[in-house]
Amino acid sequence: MGDFDFQVIEASLPFLWQGLQVSLMLTGLAMVGGIIFGTLLALMRLSKFRSLSLVAATYVNLLRSIPLILVIFWFYFLVPLAIGRPIGNFYSALIAFVIFEAAYYSEIMRAGIQSVSKGQVSAGQASGLNYWQIQWHIVLPQAFRNMIPILITQGIVLFQDTSLVFVVSLRDFMTASSIVAKTEGRLVEMYLFAACVYFVFCFAGSYFVRRLKNRISV
Amino acid sequence: MNYNWNWTVLIQEPYLEWLISGLGWTVAVALCAWIIAFSLGSLIGVLRTLPNKALRAFGTCYVELFRNVPLLVQMFIWYFAIPELMPDDIGRWMKRDMPNPEFTTAVIALGLYTASRVAEQVRAGIEAIPVGLVSAAVSSGMNVRKVYQFILLPISFRTIIPPLTSEFLTIFKNSSLALTIGLLELTAQSQQIAEYTFQGFEAYTAATVIYVVIALIATLLMHQVEKGLRIDGHESRES
Repeated sequence: MGDFDFQVIEASLPFLWQGLQVSLMLTGLAMVGGIIFGTLLALMRLSKFRSLSLVAATYVNLLRSIPLILVIFWFYFLVPLAIGRPIGNFYSALIAFVIFEAAYYSEIMRAGIQSVSKGQVSAGQASGLNYWQIQWHIVLPQAFRNMIPILITQGIVLFQDTSLVFVVSLRDFMTASSIVAKTEGRLVEMYLFAACVYFVFCFAGSYFVRRLKNRISV
Repeated sequence: MNYNWNWTVLIQEPYLEWLISGLGWTVAVALCAWIIAFSLGSLIGVLRTLPNKALRAFGTCYVELFRNVPLLVQMFIWYFAIPELMPDDIGRWMKRDMPNPEFTTAVIALGLYTASRVAEQVRAGIEAIPVGLVSAAVSSGMNVRKVYQFILLPISFRTIIPPLTSEFLTIFKNSSLALTIGLLELTAQSQQIAEYTFQGFEAYTAATVIYVVIALIATLLMHQVEKGLRIDGHESRES
């Protein structure tokens, strides 16, 4: 324990920073994609057409019962096969995350849509708006606003989950830390440092969510 | 798309055995980790609701620490870093003589991580109980231990069964992270079959179907538990 080597962390900071950028970019893009796709799934799930809601329910339940690593493997294998040429592990990981997270975001958005009172939809119909106008101008903005804290919380979970791209050797923060750990033979320092970095980001994120919740509830 | 279908690889030697042994490890890791997660998580959850400030702070620190670090990082710390940080004798034993180190490490890491999530559910369940019930119990002469034993725990554990069910499902999914430290559980085996046979579709489909079946069985099981424990007039909280 006495020979804890801070030098190795300092020397590898530029390399780790590149990895962290990949992690953050993956989180951001997957969050945007997941929320858009998830909202569509939620609308399908709540639609009056039974076949649409059945498709959405099957999708969500299927994706929620399998591990994220398996989904990452699936798309790492499927995407090049479907496109016919390799496109790199960043894009196949991104697709896997959007597909996977959409299932979770759709459950959040479904709760959000249901939190908007029925009277608002009726009022929209009475003023002659069609389904899409009602959703776009009345229901979704409120649903989204009500769910912002939970959406961000899910984003924090997503940020932690991006570490799993380690299994397809995409060089995110986790993979970068582990590369340094192995080449320098400094496993203890690097993994504890990685834990600290993730902790700071996630703790700050959840603190922000708590403050946001208090502000909204007042 | 150019792909040669060959579903029979799934029942060929030795791939069927690989899947079955993978399933065995997945179930073993998940169930053993659940024992740790449920008992420790209940304890930490209760700590966070006690009147004693120090115990409450300890519970809060535990939850924040384990919830805000990715499970993968925790898995690596338990596997690679902890043996180095231990006193020499114990460290050497962990590295050389510990029986089945991948399995043991995966169970500990997954158990302690999930405990923090279970603790949050337990705390929420206890906090949702109306204050009046506790006041009534105290005024009829119960001490803190009895209030928990006869009022808070029996009610809260019944109401949190739905969220606990989803944690129970999550532990099976999260057990797949054990592959990162070399345990050949279900996901690892399917990936290995995909690599050996180039039949990724078949291999991953098999794993997907098995996970879905596990989820269905686990849901049914917890539903039975819920039905068996239900008291008339009390409804469970939606997860």
